[in-house]
Amino acid sequence: MQLARVIGTVVATIKNESLEGRKLLVVQTLNKDLKPQGKPMVAVDSVGAGIGELVFWCRGKEASFPFKRDDTPTDCTIVGIVDSEAHVTKR
Amino acid sequence: MILARVLGNIVATQKNERYESARVMLCEQITPEGQSTGTTMLALDSVDAGAGDMVLIVQEGWSASTASTGKPGAAIDSAIVGVVDRIDLLSEEQG
Repeated sequence: MQLARVIGTVVATIKNESLEGRKLLVVQTLNKDLKPQGKPMVAVDSVGAGIGELVFWCRGKEASFPFKRDDTPTDCTIVGIVDSEAHVTKR
Repeated sequence: MILARVLGNIVATQKNERYESARVMLCEQITPEGQSTGTTMLALDSVDAGAGDMVLIVQEGWSASTASTGKPGAAIDSAIVGVVDRIDLLSEEQG
């Protein structure tokens, strides 16, 4: 899993039928200082995340498990919303 | 598995139901000598690791789900599965 910021939304009318009704968001992965790490990518939302929010995503086959249809074609799914930047604690 | 240092944790109220009662830890990958690599990641705790600990993280879904929740099939791709006490390296491998 990785911390990320939702920086945009994606609209795709033609898509795999098991992606219908799913929200596609552009996420920028962050490092421990909440600075960008790597390039932005597209994630499927499973928790009701919105633009600007601090979230965390899961990658790989496991990314399709939050959905009833676990053949949902995704390799990156948002699985949690961090309460606030203050809720990222580090020593 | 990779070696990492636990930096802290994050709090998320709204999350996948399989994450309930799990601790999501903020970790940084390190070299066997303990040097930071600058790569950070999140991992579910399964061994009561705390901030500052050197840990082993498994980055494979089945193992990570099973280790941290007791069952496979969760949307979890990495878990802390051990706290490292010590690493011994060949002297010619030490940086």
